[in-house]
Amino acid sequence: MKAIVFVTLKPGVLDPQGKAIHHSVESLGYRSIRDIRQGKYFEIALDPSLVESDARAQVERLAKDVLANPVIEDYRVEITA
Amino acid sequence: MKFGVIVFPGSNCDHDAYHVISKHVGQPVDFIWHQEIDLSGFDAVIVPGGFSYGDYLRAGALAKFSPVMRSVRDFAATGKFVFGICNGFQILCEAGLLPGALMRNAGLHFICKHVNLRLENQNTPFTSEVDPDRLLSIPIAHAEGNYTCDDETFQQLEENGQIVFRYCDENGETTPESNPNGARSNIAGICNLDRNVLGMMPHPERACEELLGSNDGRDIFRSLTKAIAAAETAA
Repeated sequence: MKAIVFVTLKPGVLDPQGKAIHHSVESLGYRSIRDIRQGKYFEIALDPSLVESDARAQVERLAKDVLANPVIEDYRVEITA
Repeated sequence: MKFGVIVFPGSNCDHDAYHVISKHVGQPVDFIWHQEIDLSGFDAVIVPGGFSYGDYLRAGALAKFSPVMRSVRDFAATGKFVFGICNGFQILCEAGLLPGALMRNAGLHFICKHVNLRLENQNTPFTSEVDPDRLLSIPIAHAEGNYTCDDETFQQLEENGQIVFRYCDENGETTPESNPNGARSNIAGICNLDRNVLGMMPHPERACEELLGSNDGRDIFRSLTKAIAAAETAA
């Protein structure tokens, strides 16, 4: 069993790295790309004997306490087989 | 009176802080390894600058889980003094000892230079000896010093006098140009509600000798020493 966690800056929080990437992308000629925001992606291997609801609860807690800083970031958890 | 300086893997301003306390403040000081949990015997703990745990995940994010940080929480709760400088400020925010967060500098660069600071609150244990009528010249050296918090937190900081230092120009004006990192409202340092925990991005321990361009940092350490002495007398 695997968990995927996406951590992204909250809407409205300035993302200077995303802006710098966007700037480079624009200079390459990509005219239709309006904005880029950078985030983090975690792949987490879980004990296969866990039931999915327990796995989700544990990873949600992990995301809130460790992987994301809730002051500035949001997170999303996906559990896969 | 005894100071402690915490050492995390990746701390690199721990010796500077130790030097200032022993040479310029003239008080006993010990290093505290991050695996330590016993802080009895210390009156003030400095969480120094550097790159604890290589800034992995986020600056300060992994240091907050160090065994010593659990003790620092209890230490602060008993009213003892905790002083986070640069990475130490980031760690205290991550650990929830101070509100808000420190994000990547708005201009993306690592910035290393002297800045002007305006004292916003002299009525703290860390600033009682700082002259409010003159600006402090203290260096910054960081890539993640862009202080942010939500509107409600900001309002509380303002109302409770928790904003201790602001970046300003040579006339004491908090202009956008004098804000090196995009910090909300030019905030350079804040304290907790009880005022026994201070975090600041500039490095006062690097501004304690004329030879280094400024000794304005000494007043902050002198204030803290006075506060510890007063607490000892009261006890």
